[in-house]
Amino acid sequence: MTLRAATTSGLFSWRRLLPPLLVSAVVVGVIVVVIVAGHHDIIDSFSAFGRGSFGSAYAFWSATLVRATPLTLLGLAVALAFRSGVMNIGAEGQFLAGASAATAVVLSGVGGGMVLVIALPAAVLAGALWAAVAGWLKRRFGVLEVISSLMLNFVAQYLVSYLVRGPLQEPTHVYPQTETFGPAAHLPLLISGQRLHLGYAIAVLLALVLWWMFRATAVGFRLRAVGAGAAAAESAGQVVVPRVLFTAFLLSGAIAGLAGGVEVTGVTYALYEGISPGFGYTAIAVALLARLNPLAVIGTGIFFGALEAGAAAMQRDAGVPFQFVVVVEALVVLGVIALEWTRERGDTRR
Amino acid sequence: MTDAITPFVEATVRTATPLAFAALGELVAERSGVINIGLEGTIIAGAFGGLVVAGTAGAGLGFVGAVAAGMLVAAIFAFFVVTLKADHIITGTAISMLGVGSTGTLYRLYYGTTGAALETPTLAPFPIPILRNIPWIGEAFFAQPPVMYLLYVIVPCLAWYMTRTSAGLALRAVGERPEAARAAGISPARVRWVALLFCGAMGGLSGGTLVLAQVGTFNEGISAGRGFIAIAIVVLGRWSAVGVTGAALLFGAASALQYLAQAMGWGIPYQFALALPYVLTLVALAAAGKRSAAPASLGVRG
Repeated sequence: MTLRAATTSGLFSWRRLLPPLLVSAVVVGVIVVVIVAGHHDIIDSFSAFGRGSFGSAYAFWSATLVRATPLTLLGLAVALAFRSGVMNIGAEGQFLAGASAATAVVLSGVGGGMVLVIALPAAVLAGALWAAVAGWLKRRFGVLEVISSLMLNFVAQYLVSYLVRGPLQEPTHVYPQTETFGPAAHLPLLISGQRLHLGYAIAVLLALVLWWMFRATAVGFRLRAVGAGAAAAESAGQVVVPRVLFTAFLLSGAIAGLAGGVEVTGVTYALYEGISPGFGYTAIAVALLARLNPLAVIGTGIFFGALEAGAAAMQRDAGVPFQFVVVVEALVVLGVIALEWTRERGDTRR
Repeated sequence: MTDAITPFVEATVRTATPLAFAALGELVAERSGVINIGLEGTIIAGAFGGLVVAGTAGAGLGFVGAVAAGMLVAAIFAFFVVTLKADHIITGTAISMLGVGSTGTLYRLYYGTTGAALETPTLAPFPIPILRNIPWIGEAFFAQPPVMYLLYVIVPCLAWYMTRTSAGLALRAVGERPEAARAAGISPARVRWVALLFCGAMGGLSGGTLVLAQVGTFNEGISAGRGFIAIAIVVLGRWSAVGVTGAALLFGAASALQYLAQAMGWGIPYQFALALPYVLTLVALAAAGKRSAAPASLGVRG
């Protein structure tokens, strides 16, 4: 998909206003349809949505932003890959690899009070290695990364399933999960009384770093050049396309792995099978809505975090099925594609 | 040992049947140059469509509902990918999410928030005399619900169609060199639309088989990644109808291996058996390398 920077037309032109308006209309529209079809109370449902997402300090800091943390990190991983022309849809698997590695380090008991200093780099490394398999298959054998990264998602899923029912299972061997991590392996909380943890600060910082990297560094320039057109980048010289693609894969996997490590040490404090409710796929919507811009991923991460937090409250308090969130995510992606199409068509006409 | 073989073959065929339907649909889509990652969405739409129609009209008509639902989802995918020339992967991911999310929501709306298990009429097995008595494999291949026998018709027809007819040649030409096909007077867009609708029908049939011939109920995770497995099966089957059917049986056998391993007391974690086909697919892809049988324009926009 060729996603280009926003057009330079006026700040308040229709072109700029259309995407957010459309997205809001889609969200509200789907919610209304679901509420009406299910004979739920509209006022109750929307107030539950508000209470769960932005309605109180607790909702914002402890539900919306906690949910936004993995979505932001994974959104950055996907944005980096897509922008460099790598169709990495394996963020889900790389997330699970990172979560598994961090868990293994924590449970092994190394590092004592400094265990996070080992666990998080281990997660980064595991995510990068998981991505490297697909990257290497592409570089060495020309294997389509879409298929390989997708296959690796399933392998990772079964790996987690094996770990939490086998070597890493909690001591009583009853539940398919690990034992709960001790306090030394918990990421520090950012605000007392809230669940928001250091992972979110890391995500925001990383967004800034990636934004700067794409704008101002040689690595970022090479990634962008290859993403914009591999053949052109190659013939312009100075760029070895396969090496750049491999680098993009590694970086993307490293960030996704970090997201997994952050989730187990910041939120769940344990590893279990359903640890990712499809974060890696939602992240594609997060990245696309941000038009692959790392800074904008902060905003779209909060948007989807609020959506999921609000929907969870709506299911709890008003009985509205949570699954509609996935419909909204899908429609957002399709909406972005359609907008992109109208834009491209407008360009060729001029 | 012999006591274990019959249930093993039966479990293999049972798992392979819905996979084969979906993978044959994906095969035709990919031969036209479109990689349909939205297949997961068409399968679960088929499962849900089958459930809804079968509830009022019986299992037989349920399959019609399943195929129609699969084609509807595939039509949305085709509109974006063929008509708007959007990226296959991104669109496909969205379509999978759309299928899973909308069936999950509708299921809760129709059948209550608890998502309680719900019985649906299913097709009775239709044993074929004599053939069913073949030792070890007879029951598995010839004492199944009739929808499974459709495979015995579809596979040879598809193989013949793709290799021996001019329409099949046109399909493959569009997948290899769409611009050359266009110069020869073939409309790539039309060929791809038809291929994707066929893929949707087969995905719907796959979902319908799950609900109406095997499980007898619907749940939100019923497609369980089969759409993605089907993509692996097409790779492993090297983009031919017969190869794809063989690869579907291999995936079926791998997942049946866990039961066999339990019965034989081999002590391998069952997750290894389940992960094996995915690893095999990666190895097969690497082994084929740049001489891969993949259509040259697979996944290319436009």
